[in-house]
Amino acid sequence: MRDKVFYLLAAASAALLSWNLYKIFFVLGDEKDQGSIWRIFHFHVPSNILGMSGFIIGMVFSLIYLVNKNLRYDAIAAAITEVSLVFAAVGLVTGSIWARIIWGVWWAWDARLTSMLVCWLIFAGYLMLRRAIEEPIQRARLSAVVSVFGGIDVFIVWKSIEWWRTLHPGPVLTIRNGGGMPPGWQATMYWNLLALLCLAVMLVMVRMRQEGVAREIDSLRRMAHSY
Amino acid sequence: MAAFLRQSLIIAAKDLRSELRTKEALNASLAFSMVILVLFSFAFDPSSEQIQEFSGGLLWLVYSFAGALALNRSFAREMQNDCLDALIASPAPASALFVGKALANYGLLLAVELISLPVFGIFYGVHWTQQFWPLLLVMLLATWALTTIGTMFSALTVNLRLRELMLPTLVYPLMVPALMAAMTLTTDLLGGTPLNPENMIWLRVLVAFDFIFTALAVVFVDTVLVG
Amino acid sequence: MNALEIEDVWKYYGDFPALREIKLHVTPGSTVALLGRNGAGKTTLLRIVAGLSKPSQGDVRILGADVRLESSRRRIGVLGHGISLYDELSATENLMLFARLYDLDNPRKRAHAWLERTGLERVRDGLVREFSRGMRQRLAVARAFLHEPELLLFDEPFTALDDRAIAVLQTLLSEAHSRGRTLIMSTHQLREALELATHVALIHRGQIAYAGERRQEMLDDAGWLYRTYGDN
Repeated sequence: MRDKVFYLLAAASAALLSWNLYKIFFVLGDEKDQGSIWRIFHFHVPSNILGMSGFIIGMVFSLIYLVNKNLRYDAIAAAITEVSLVFAAVGLVTGSIWARIIWGVWWAWDARLTSMLVCWLIFAGYLMLRRAIEEPIQRARLSAVVSVFGGIDVFIVWKSIEWWRTLHPGPVLTIRNGGGMPPGWQATMYWNLLALLCLAVMLVMVRMRQEGVAREIDSLRRMAHSY
Repeated sequence: MAAFLRQSLIIAAKDLRSELRTKEALNASLAFSMVILVLFSFAFDPSSEQIQEFSGGLLWLVYSFAGALALNRSFAREMQNDCLDALIASPAPASALFVGKALANYGLLLAVELISLPVFGIFYGVHWTQQFWPLLLVMLLATWALTTIGTMFSALTVNLRLRELMLPTLVYPLMVPALMAAMTLTTDLLGGTPLNPENMIWLRVLVAFDFIFTALAVVFVDTVLVG
Repeated sequence: MNALEIEDVWKYYGDFPALREIKLHVTPGSTVALLGRNGAGKTTLLRIVAGLSKPSQGDVRILGADVRLESSRRRIGVLGHGISLYDELSATENLMLFARLYDLDNPRKRAHAWLERTGLERVRDGLVREFSRGMRQRLAVARAFLHEPELLLFDEPFTALDDRAIAVLQTLLSEAHSRGRTLIMSTHQLREALELATHVALIHRGQIAYAGERRQEMLDDAGWLYRTYGDN
C-alpha cells in the first residue's frame, strides 16, 4: 500500500512539474521590468513556504515524540526537517540568483532571505547533532528538544528581522503585485507548490524508511556485539 | 518553591566557589575578550567616526564569544568525577540544577562583561558612561538570554563526544534575535541616544526572549539530563 | 513494604533490549549481591534504580514510592564508578555541599563526623585533588552514607580500592546492615560481596537468571552460580 502511495506521488509530481515547466517557459510572458528572471519565483516562493512550514511541522512531531516516546515520530520529525532543509536551501539559492540578476549582488540582506538563512542554520545544527549521537533513543530525545527550541525561535527570528529591516531599510526581494506581471502567474505558482509538495512528501517517505532501516541495523549490531 | 530556590542557590554557590578558586573559566574568558578586541582593531580603523555605527555589534560579538567559552564548561565540569550523577540522584530536581548553574554563569559572564567594557571604551574611544544605567539594563537582559541558552545546551551536549563543537553550532543561530536586540540597543546607548519609543521594542524582544527560553529550559532540562 | 520493587522493567537502546522483563523484590534489611558478566546489564539496572535514567518500560518503587520523587531520592545513597566529588573543593566542602542538598541539620558537624569515621579528619580541609586514590574512595563512601540513606546502591564498590579503603567500606557496610539498611551491590569481587550478602541476584544477558537467598554453594565455589544459571 505504501509503495503504491509512493509511486502515485512520484507520478503526480512528475506530471505537475512537467506541465508547470511548460507553462512557465512557454506560456507566460516576460515581466515588464525584470525580464525573464522573475520565473524563478515559481520555485523560490514554494520552496520557502515548504521549508518554513516543514520546520514548524518537524517541531510538532518532535513534541509528539517527547510525549509519546514512539521512535516512529522521531523518524517523521527528522525526515521532515531534513527535507525542509533542502527546500530552504533551494529557496536561498534561487533568491540569491534573483538578487544577482536584479541587483547585481549574490546576496542581499533582506528580511526574508536573512530570516530563512538563520532558520536554516538552526536546523542544520539539529541535523549535525543527530549525526553526532549514535544511540537512537538518546538521539531522538536530544534532537527533539533542539527542534522545539528551534521551532519556537523561528517565530521570534522572523519578527525580529522584520523589525530590524524597517530600521535599516535595504533591498527587498519581492514580486510586485500588479504592474506588468503576466496574467495567470499566480495560479501556475500554486500549481508548482502542489508539485513540490508531492515531491517533498516522497522524499520524507524515503527518508523515514532510511531511519527505520538504520535503527534496525543499529540494534542488530548491538545484539551481535553483546551476546 | 522555597526548597527549589534553596537548592538552586546551593548549586550556584558551589559553582561560583569552584570557579573563584581556580579562576580557569574567568581568566580564559577575559583573555579571549581582550584578544578579540585587539583583533577587531585590525579589521577596520578604530579611530574613525563610523565606529559609532557598529560599536554595539562589536561589543556583543566580544561578549558572546567570550561567554560561550565559559558556558561550555558549565555542565562539562560535572563530568570529571561523575559528579553529575550524584547531583541528579540528589533530591534537587534537574530544573534546580539548571537554575543554579545558570545563576552562577550569569554572575561570571556579567563580571567578564563589566571588566571588558571600560577596556572597550579605551580601545575604541567609545563613551559608555553616557547612558550607563540603561546600558546596564540591556546587559542584564541580554546576558541572561545568552546564559539561559548556553547553560541549557551545555546540559544537552554534556554526554556527547563532540560537545565543544556542538555547543556554539546550536547556540549562536538561536541567539540571533537576542543578539540583534542587544546590538541595536547598545549601539544607540553607546552613541548617547537614550531609550525611546523607537528602540523600546528591542527591550521587549529581550524580555520576551528571556521569558520564553527560560521557561522552555526549565521544562525540558529534566528530559535532557535524565530522559 | 519492600525496600525495592522492580516490576517488568525493560531498557532499550534503539531497538536493542539491554534489560528485559526485570522483576526483583528486595525486602528491607537485606544485602543483595548483584552479579553478572560485563555487559550483562548490572550498571544499566543500577542506574535506573538510582533514578539516573528512565526505564523504557516498567516501574521502579523505593519503599513504595516512585524512584524519581524527591522523597525517594532522599532515601537512596549512590556510589558509582566515579567518586562524584569536586577536585577543587575540600573534603569538608564536598560533604557540606551534599549535606545541604539533602537538607540535613548541622551540615558542618555531620561532615566532620563522617570524615572521622572514614579516617579523613586530618585532611578535612585538604582539596580532593591532592588526595590519594584510596582517600578519594573513602571520601566517596562518606558522601554516599552521609544522609543515612535507607537504600544503598553501590556499583562495583570494591574495585580498585586499597586495603584501608576496603576495610572502611566493609565496616560501614556491615554496620549499615546491622542497622536494618538495605544494600544492593553490583560486583565482580565475589568473595567480599558474598560474605556480606544475604541475597544474590544474577543478571545474564539482560535478564534475571537467579534471584534468591545466598546459598552455601556460592560461598564455597565462586563459579557455581555462573555455571548453574548463566550459560557456559
